[in-house]
Amino acid sequence: MTESINHLEKIKNSLSRRNRAEKRFRWYGRTAIFIGLAAVLVLFTDIVNKGHGAFRITYIELEVTYDQDRIGVNNLTDPKELTRGNWEALSKTALRTEFPNVSGRSDKRRLNNLLSSGAGFDLKDRLVANPHLLGRKESIWILADDDIDTYFKSWLAGDAYAARLSSKQVQWIEGLHQQDKIRLQFNSNLFTRGDSREPEQAGIRGAVMGSLLTLILTLLLSFPIGVSAAIYLEEFAPRNRWTDFIEVNINNLAAVPSIIFGLLGLAIFINFFHVPRSVPIVGGLVLTLMTLPTIIITSRAAIKSVPPSIREAALGMGASKYQTVLHHVLPLSLPGMLTGAIIGMAQALGESAPLLMIGMVAFIVDIPGGFSDPATVLPVQIFLWADSPERAFIEKTSAAIMILLSFLIVMNTVAVWLRKRLERRW
Amino acid sequence: MQATNILILILGLGVLAFFLGRGRSLALAKPLGGIRQLHSLPSYYGMHAALWCALPSLFLLCVWMLFDDSLINRLVLDSVAAEIAPNDTASYNLLINKISNLADGILPRKGESAALVAAADHLVSLRIISSWSLTAVLLTLSSLGLLWGWSRISASFRARPVVEKVMQNILLGCACLAIFTTLGIVLSVLFESIQFFRSVPIFDFVFGLEWSPQTAIREDQVGSSGSFGAVPLFVGTLLVSAVAMVVAVPVGLMSAIYLAEYASKTVRTYAKPALEILAGIPTVVYGFFAALTVAPFLRDLGASFGLSVSSESALAAGGVMGVMIIPFISSLADDVITAVPQSMRDGSLAMGATKSETVRRVIIPAALPGIVGGVMLAISRAIGETMIVVMAAGMAAKLTANPLESVTTVTVQIVTLLTGDQEFDSPKTLAAFALGLMLFTVTLLLNIFALHIVKKYREQYD
Repeated sequence: MTESINHLEKIKNSLSRRNRAEKRFRWYGRTAIFIGLAAVLVLFTDIVNKGHGAFRITYIELEVTYDQDRIGVNNLTDPKELTRGNWEALSKTALRTEFPNVSGRSDKRRLNNLLSSGAGFDLKDRLVANPHLLGRKESIWILADDDIDTYFKSWLAGDAYAARLSSKQVQWIEGLHQQDKIRLQFNSNLFTRGDSREPEQAGIRGAVMGSLLTLILTLLLSFPIGVSAAIYLEEFAPRNRWTDFIEVNINNLAAVPSIIFGLLGLAIFINFFHVPRSVPIVGGLVLTLMTLPTIIITSRAAIKSVPPSIREAALGMGASKYQTVLHHVLPLSLPGMLTGAIIGMAQALGESAPLLMIGMVAFIVDIPGGFSDPATVLPVQIFLWADSPERAFIEKTSAAIMILLSFLIVMNTVAVWLRKRLERRW
Repeated sequence: MQATNILILILGLGVLAFFLGRGRSLALAKPLGGIRQLHSLPSYYGMHAALWCALPSLFLLCVWMLFDDSLINRLVLDSVAAEIAPNDTASYNLLINKISNLADGILPRKGESAALVAAADHLVSLRIISSWSLTAVLLTLSSLGLLWGWSRISASFRARPVVEKVMQNILLGCACLAIFTTLGIVLSVLFESIQFFRSVPIFDFVFGLEWSPQTAIREDQVGSSGSFGAVPLFVGTLLVSAVAMVVAVPVGLMSAIYLAEYASKTVRTYAKPALEILAGIPTVVYGFFAALTVAPFLRDLGASFGLSVSSESALAAGGVMGVMIIPFISSLADDVITAVPQSMRDGSLAMGATKSETVRRVIIPAALPGIVGGVMLAISRAIGETMIVVMAAGMAAKLTANPLESVTTVTVQIVTLLTGDQEFDSPKTLAAFALGLMLFTVTLLLNIFALHIVKKYREQYD
C-alpha cells in the first residue's frame, strides 16, 4: 500500500518537471520553424535591399551638337564610315559646353569620366536611327558612369559614398543637381543589353535569352524521354533484375552532385563528340541528363495515382495494353507530369555548377539568337557579376537575382496552380 | 544547319507515310465492308509505314553525324602535301583547326601556303559531297522504307503488334538512358582519372598533405611539378559539411517534429511551403548571400569579440549551406515521422507519457532509420554542393579544423581547375576528374546506403 502511494507521490512530484520539459520541447520546435522562416525573410529582404536600386540609373542632361566635322562622318548608312567616326567627341564636346571653365588634362579626364564610356556609341545609335539630327543640336539625357551612379544614389539616400570620386566631380554633380540636370531614370539597359565590363551598360538580356534557349532544349528532350521512361517502368517493365537496375540508377542519378554532370558534359559532349563549348546545345544536353531523374520520378508518381480500375475497364473493352496507356492512363496523369516537368525546369533554370564546366561561363556581350551561338545563362551571369570588383555590380547582381527568383516563383506558382486545378482525386 | 533540315525532311516524310499508309488501309477496307475487316485500326497501318520510313533514316543520320567529321578530317590529311603533314597529336589538331578555319573563311586565305589552301579547298569539297550524299542516301532510304511499309499493308497484316513492339522498345531505350548516363559518368571520370594517376601516384593523391596544383609555365621553375595531395581538400569539405549539418540537422529535425506532431492544420499549411521556399532558391543566390552578407557579418561579429574570422570562413559557407539543407532534412524527416503508425503514439500517450516523451522515446526511435537515411542524403548533398563554396569559401588549401579559417573544398577545386585556359590533358585538368571520381564514389556510396535504409524502413510499416 505504502509503496503505491510512494509511486503516486513520485509521479506527482515529477509532473511539473515533465510539463516544463514538454513546454521546452515545444519551444524548440517553434524556434526551429522560426529560424527557417527568418532565414527566408532575411535572404529576401537582403537581396531586395541591395538590388532595388539597380532598376533606376543616373542620367545627365546635356546639350549635344551633332557636328558633322567633329565626328568625321558624312554618310550615316555606310557601316565602315560609322566605325571610323569619332563618336566620343560628341559626348566630350557636350560636357565641355556644359562646364566651360574646366581646364587641365587631369580635370578634363575627370570631366569625361562623368559619362559612361559607351555614351558616344549611344549617341551614334541615336543619330543612325534619326539621321535628320545630323548638324543639329538637341538636349538629351545621357547615361552617367557607374561611379557617378553609385555616388548619386547614395547621396540621394543621405549617405554619400564618394570614395572613387574627386572633390571636383562631386562639385560638378552638385552643380548639375541644382540645375536639375542629373536624375534617376528607369534602367532599360538592364533588360535590353547583354553583358558588359561597364556596370552601367551591363544588362541581362543575353543571359535571359541563353537561359531560355537552354531551357527550351532541355524541355524538348527531357519531357518526352522522361515520360516515356516513366511509362515503360510503370506499365510495361517486367519485374526483373534489369528493371531493378534501371530504378537504382535513376534514384542514384537524382542524388548525384550536379557538378558531376558538368564533368560528364565536358568529357563526353565536348571532348568526345566535339560539340562546341559555351553553346545552349551542350548546356541543354547536360541539363537534360540532370533533370531526367526528377521528371521520371514525378511522372511515375503521376502514373501510379491513376487507379487500376481505369486500366481494367479499358482492357475489358478490348483495348490493347498500349492503347490503354496512350488513350487513358497518359491523359489522366498528364497534369501531374506537367507539374513535375515545370519543377524540373525550375531546377534547371537555377542550376549553374555544371554549366561552369562546359564553358558557359565565358564573357559574352552579344545576345544569343540560336542554339549554336555562344551564350551564358542567368545564374552564371549572377555568378560572374558577383565576382566583379566594381561596387555597382553588387546592385546589378542583386537585381539579376530578383529577376531570377521572380521567374522561379512564377514557374512554381504555375506548377502549384496546375496541380490544384487539373489533378483529379480518385 | 544541314542536319536540322534533313531531320525536318525525314520527319515530314514520316508524316506523309503515316497518311499514305492510313489511306491505303482505308481504301483496302472499303470493298471488304469497312475497317472491321482489317486486322488493325487504320492508324496502325499508318504508324507502321511511318516507322519504316523514319526510323532507319534517323538511325543512319545519327551514325553519319558521329563519324562524318573524323572521316573527312582523315581524308583531308591523307591528301595534304608531305611538307605540312603532322607528326604528333598536338600538331595534328592544330593543322585540322587551321584548315577548317581557312575553309570556313574565318582565317584569311591570303599569305597561307598553297598546300594549306589546297587542303582547305579539298575540305570544302568533301563537306559538300558529304552533305549531298547524306541527303541523297537518307531520302532514298526513307522512300524505300515508305514503299516497303506501304506495300506490306493488307487486310490480314498484323500491324498493331509490330507497331506496339517497336514502341515498347523505344520506351525501353528511354528508360535505359539512365543507365547510359551513369555509365557515361563512370567512364568519363574513370578514364581521365587513370590518365591522371599515371603522372601522379594514387597513394600521393589520396594521402598527400599538400595541395598546390599551380604547375609552372617552364619546366625548370620552382614547384614545376605541382603537388596533388588531396587530404586538405577532403578535410575542408568535411569541415564545411559538418558546419552545415550542425545547422541543418537540429533545425530541420525539430521543425519536422513540430509540424508533424504539434502544429495546427493552419500552421502546417502555411509554414511547410514557406520552409520549402528555401529548397527552391538557386544555390548561386545562397553563394552571393554567403559571400556578401553572412561572411562580412561574421567577420565583424568576430572582430567585436576579438576573434579573427576569415572573410572566407568555413563557418559562413557551411552555415548558409545548412540553411539550404534545412527543408531537405525536414521534408524527409516529416515523411518518416508521419509514416509511424498512429497506434504507437496512442499506446504511449495512454500509458501517461507526455507528447514530448512520446516523440523522444517512441516516435524518434521508430523513425530513426529513416531519419538517419535522410541525414546521410543531406550529407551527400553538402559534400557535392558547389556554388555556395565556390563563391564563399577560399581557394587556398589549408589543413585545419577551425571553422573560422578559410578552407577549400573538392568542388571548389574542380571548378577552379576546369574554368582556366589550360589544355585538356595537363595534370591540372585531369586532377579535376580525379577529384570528380572521389566525389562521385563517396556520394554514390552514401546515396546507395541511405536509399537502402529509407526503403527498407518504409517497407516495415506499409
